[in-house]
Amino acid sequence: MGEKVLMKGNEAVAEAAIRAGCRHYFAYPITPQSELIEYMSRMMPKAGGTFVQAESEIAAVNMVYGAAGCGKRVMTSSSSPGISLKMEGISYLAGAELPAVIVNVQRGGPGLGDIQPAQGDYFQATKGGGHGDYRMPVLAPSTVQEFADMADLAFELGDKYRTPVMILSDGLLGQMMEPVDFKPRKTEAEMEELDKQHFDWCIHPNQDEPNRHHHEINSLEIDPLILEKHVIHLGEKFDKIEANEVRYEEYKLTDDCEYLIVAFGTAARIAKSAIDELNVEGVKIGMIRPITVWPYPYEAIRNALTPKIKKILVTELNLGQMIEDVKLAVEGKVPVEFLGKVGGILFTPQEVKDKIKGM
Amino acid sequence: MQVIAKRPDSLTDLNFTYCPGCTHGISHRLIAEAIDELDLRNKMMGVAPVGCSVFAYKFFNFDMAEAAHGRAPAVATGMKRARPDMHVFTYQGDGDLAAIGTAEIVHAANRGENISIFFVNNAIYGMTGGQMAPTTLPGMKTSTSPYGRDEQDIGYPIAACELLDSLRAPYYIERVSLLSPQDIIKAKRAVLKALKYNKENRGFTFVEFVSTCPTNWGMTPLDAMKWAKENMYPFFPVKLFRDKGEEGGK
Ligand SMILES: Cc1ncc(C[n+]2csc(CCOP(=O)(O)OP(=O)(O)O)c2C)c(N)n1
Ligand code: SF4
Repeated sequence: MGEKVLMKGNEAVAEAAIRAGCRHYFAYPITPQSELIEYMSRMMPKAGGTFVQAESEIAAVNMVYGAAGCGKRVMTSSSSPGISLKMEGISYLAGAELPAVIVNVQRGGPGLGDIQPAQGDYFQATKGGGHGDYRMPVLAPSTVQEFADMADLAFELGDKYRTPVMILSDGLLGQMMEPVDFKPRKTEAEMEELDKQHFDWCIHPNQDEPNRHHHEINSLEIDPLILEKHVIHLGEKFDKIEANEVRYEEYKLTDDCEYLIVAFGTAARIAKSAIDELNVEGVKIGMIRPITVWPYPYEAIRNALTPKIKKILVTELNLGQMIEDVKLAVEGKVPVEFLGKVGGILFTPQEVKDKIKGM
Repeated sequence: MQVIAKRPDSLTDLNFTYCPGCTHGISHRLIAEAIDELDLRNKMMGVAPVGCSVFAYKFFNFDMAEAAHGRAPAVATGMKRARPDMHVFTYQGDGDLAAIGTAEIVHAANRGENISIFFVNNAIYGMTGGQMAPTTLPGMKTSTSPYGRDEQDIGYPIAACELLDSLRAPYYIERVSLLSPQDIIKAKRAVLKALKYNKENRGFTFVEFVSTCPTNWGMTPLDAMKWAKENMYPFFPVKLFRDKGEEGGK
C-alpha cells in the first residue's frame, strides 16, 4: 500500500489484474481499450505470464475458455464492437461454469459507432447478449481507482460462483489518468493456492489420482432432462448472486431528499458534480449509484423512496437503458425522468442541474 | 492368459455413438492407442469439436474440453498456455475446421502453437444431416447442394493441408486416409509421429484423415470407401507435406 501512482484506467485495471493473480491474458486491439492490451503485452512476460494477441475477439474469448477450463485466472478485454464478437464465448463460459474476467471499455455505437465514451452496451451486458438462459455479474466503475479495484473483485466473484464476470467501463475511464492505490501482488504461495482451488473440476495433470474420473469442460447436454437440471442449477446460482452480491453507493442521500438521481459509471461522476452544486444552492438531492449493474440494486432504490421524494432522474450515456431497471424498482410510485447523451458526447453538470430545475 | 487386443486406456468404456461403418471410430482408436504407446495419458488433454464427434469429450479418458463450433484451436491454445506441462490435441471435422473455424486453425498454425490437430475430412456436414461442406467435391449432391456442388458458383473444395503448408511455422503436416487396412496402418504412424512431436513440444502438428460418411453419402460403408478412393484422392492426395523432424529439426 501507499504507492499511489498516476495511471490511465486501462493500465490500472491491467496492473491490478496481474496483482490479483491473472497470468493469462488474450485479446485483440481496439480503441479505446488499446492501452490495456499494450500494458499486458509489456508486463505479462515480466510477470512470467502469457500474453497472446489473438486473431480476433472470437479467438481471444475461446483462448480464455481454454485457460479458464484449466482453472487459471484469465482475462480478456475489448470495446463494444469486439465485445459483440465475444458474446458467443461468454455464453459458453456461463454454460460450462468457467470463471473469467471480461473488460468492456465501451464506445459509441451501434455498428462501428465512434471511439468516444458511451454506455450503450448496458442491455447487452446485463440482459444477456449471448444466447441462452444465463446471467453474469457486471461491475460498473466510476473512478480509475474503482476500475482497478474491480479486477480483484471480479476474479473473486468469478472463482466463488464459477462464472464469467464483466467489468463495464467506458472510454473516459479507460483513458483518463487518476492516482491509484494498488493492493500488493499475490505471493507465490497464494498463486499456488489459486491454482489448486479448482482441482475438483478443472483440467490439471494429476489424472492418475485414484478414482478420478476425467474432467469435462462442457456446456452440452443433449438429454433435455439433464439440461433442465443444469439450467435450474444455474438459476439457483444466479439467485444466490442476486441475494449476496448487490453493490451500490449512496451519495448525499438523506431522509429529506426531494430528488433522487440514479446513474452508473461515468454518468454518475458527472451527476455527482451537479449534486454538489445543487446542494449548495439548497436543492435537496442525492444519488444511488449501482456498482453492480447485475445483480441490480432494486431494493436500495425502493428503500430510498421516502414520501418526500418528488421525482427521480436517470442519467445515462445512451438513449435510456438502465432506466428500465429503475422503473422496475420504482413500480410507478414516483415519476422517473431521463437525461441521456449519445454518440460519445458527455453531458455537463450544468445540463444535469438544468434538467433537475426544470422537473 | 495373454491379452492380444484390448481397449486402449485412453478411451473410456462408453460405446461410440457413431453410425455403423463410420470412420470416426477408427480415428478415435488410433489417437487413443498412440497416446497409450507414448505413455502420455496422464498428461493429455483434448478438445472436442461441434460435429458428429462432439461427444469425443466423453470417449477419451483424460481431461477434455468441448469447444464452440470451429474454435477448438483457440481453446487448445488457451489450454496449452495455461498448462504447458500437459499436451493437447483438437479433433475436428471439415465444417468445424475449414469453414466456421478457418481463422482459428490458420492462426494457431501460424503461431506454431504446441498443439496437435486431427482433422476428419468426410466432405460433408455429418451431424446436421448431410449439408455441403467446404470440402464437398464438385458435382457432389448434398442436402444444400441438391443439384451438385457448382464450383463456378460456390468454389472448389478447400484443401487444408495445402493451405497450412504455405505457412512457415507448422512442424509437421500429413494427409493420410482411413480407406483400407493398409491406409489405417499408415495413418497410425502419422498419429504417433504427431503426438511424439507434441510430447517433445516441437510445435504445431497436423494430420488430416480422408474419411467417409456412409450415412449422409447414402452408401454402404464399403461403397463409401470405394467412392472416396475414386473421388476424394484427386482433390485430397495422401501425402507428407512437411516434417521438420526428418529435416533435422527446427
Ligand atoms: C455456431 C454454430 N453454427 C452451426 C452449428 C450447427 N452445426 C453443428 S455440427 C455442424 C457441421 C459439422 O460438420 P463437420 O465439421 O464436417 O463434422 P461431421 O459432423 O461431418 O463430423 C453444424 C453446421 C452450431 N452448432 N454452431
Ligand atoms: S453421420 Fe456420417 S460422420 Fe456422422 S457418425 Fe454417421 S457416418 Fe459418421
